[in-house]
Amino acid sequence: MSKNIKLMQGNEACIEAALMVGMRFYAGYPITPSTELAELSAEKLPYYGGKFIQMEDEIAGIAAAIGGSLAGLKSMTATSGPGFSLKQENIGYAMIAEVPLVIVNVQRGGPSTGLPTSPAQGDIMQAKWGTHGDHPVIALSPESVPETFELTIRAFNLAEKYRTPVMLLTDEIVGHMREKIEIPAIEEIEIFNRLKPIEGKEYLPYKIEEGDIVPRMASYGEGYRYHVTGLFHDETGFPSNSSENAELMLNHLMSKVEDNLDDIITYEEYMIEDAEFLIVAYGSTSRTARSAVKILRQEGIKVGMFRPITIWPSPEKRLREISKNIKNILVAEMNLGQYVYEIQRIVKSNSEVYHIGRANGEVLMPSEIVTKVKEVL
Amino acid sequence: MNSHVEIRLSGSGGQGLLLAGVILAEAAIFDNKNAIQSQSYGPEARGGASKAEVIISDEQIDFPKVISPDLVLALTQIASDKYSKTVNQQGILIVDDSIELDGNYNYGRVIKVPIIKTAAEKVGRSIVANIVAVGLIAELTQMISRENIEKAVLSRVPKGTEDLNRKALMEGYLLAQSVL
Repeated sequence: MSKNIKLMQGNEACIEAALMVGMRFYAGYPITPSTELAELSAEKLPYYGGKFIQMEDEIAGIAAAIGGSLAGLKSMTATSGPGFSLKQENIGYAMIAEVPLVIVNVQRGGPSTGLPTSPAQGDIMQAKWGTHGDHPVIALSPESVPETFELTIRAFNLAEKYRTPVMLLTDEIVGHMREKIEIPAIEEIEIFNRLKPIEGKEYLPYKIEEGDIVPRMASYGEGYRYHVTGLFHDETGFPSNSSENAELMLNHLMSKVEDNLDDIITYEEYMIEDAEFLIVAYGSTSRTARSAVKILRQEGIKVGMFRPITIWPSPEKRLREISKNIKNILVAEMNLGQYVYEIQRIVKSNSEVYHIGRANGEVLMPSEIVTKVKEVL
Repeated sequence: MNSHVEIRLSGSGGQGLLLAGVILAEAAIFDNKNAIQSQSYGPEARGGASKAEVIISDEQIDFPKVISPDLVLALTQIASDKYSKTVNQQGILIVDDSIELDGNYNYGRVIKVPIIKTAAEKVGRSIVANIVAVGLIAELTQMISRENIEKAVLSRVPKGTEDLNRKALMEGYLLAQSVL
């Protein structure tokens, strides 16, 4: 069989993957540089028996997507910085109500409407802490068009498996650039669908069946009647104000992610075997970093790269282990210092942590990372 | 040309340079090479100085943006003033013959040919100047097979315009041969 090789934009690859993994509802409000995600969903979903709706604003966009998911469809919403800010309240709602959902944020320059057509990685901490209260976050960050495809599949699977919103944090570069991609056959794709109630058994919407990680999910319209709320609730889904229940529930929300880190976290290690210096980079910046590693290696400098692919939860265990043999770490990101704090927290006194970053809409150049590494050495 | 070629296509918004970049990248992929196409753009859709960039390589492409172009195309004076000098010393600068270059040449090889006029007069529509440019670049650089250039053009242009674009491509080849 001939390979299905295409030249595709990151945003196109995202929708291609979403449709293959079973996304059948998209609700959102178009915003540069994520607009292609809405356009392509509008164009393609009807051919798959799915629905697209453009809502009146960003808040309604995520709200409708939550509704679509509760009605049984794998749902997506997409946005960029300003819209991501607006969606925060409902992200928290989806977390406490345990609604599977994929939120794509094609990052652009901020704060506010900022730089609409320029890349940034400025929403890293907002992804983690943008919605209030304690909550687990799963956020994935692709560095290429093929990886956008791969991680979109993964985002849906993780959302369905752990009943939680999953964020795909891409950026203007990865979203808009066109690159070679081989689209796999549908049989080659692993697809996870949410577990449905056990037939004939009494259904409590937030009760976890033995051996399960999360409660089984009935779709609205299938005959089950239940309540969904942003308040802490008990197994029936109705609000409960008891602190004992709140603690139990919050423990469940946190532990469904924290107990499954090995399943959720992925990362890439590049030339780290003999590395004395480590560059940490994610998303499109890791391409700059990889290029810098190659240049530095040619000059005999023993440098490697660690690339978190799952950025939240962070690959803490592995990075701490590596850092024991590393004197200096340089975190490269398109912001003025965000993930660097997480890296400092992780490596503690094992390594000195430095930062290189910028938030003026310009990408970091390989030569800048090369210079910075030499400065530190 | 080298195994790693960086191309910058510049002109005015609306001249179809993004499409030209997409076609070159796609043709390279059909030729089993790696390619990345990217652009920088402002909020405006027409006018201004627009540029599209393509990297074609036999190797894996890490950094996705053009650093030192081996080939720069400029179709308008504004674009030329802004980007002509970015071509590297060993590179090729291709400009439309309507453009005046300042005498202080530091560019590589300069090729000044009537791209827009060829599209308007020989092909019959100035709108296909971008495809004339694709033919010109493909023939000059010999990076990509003619077969795959044509395949990429035909896969990306609107239905019903195939003959027009095929003709534009041919005229681009001829322009290249006139300066080789």
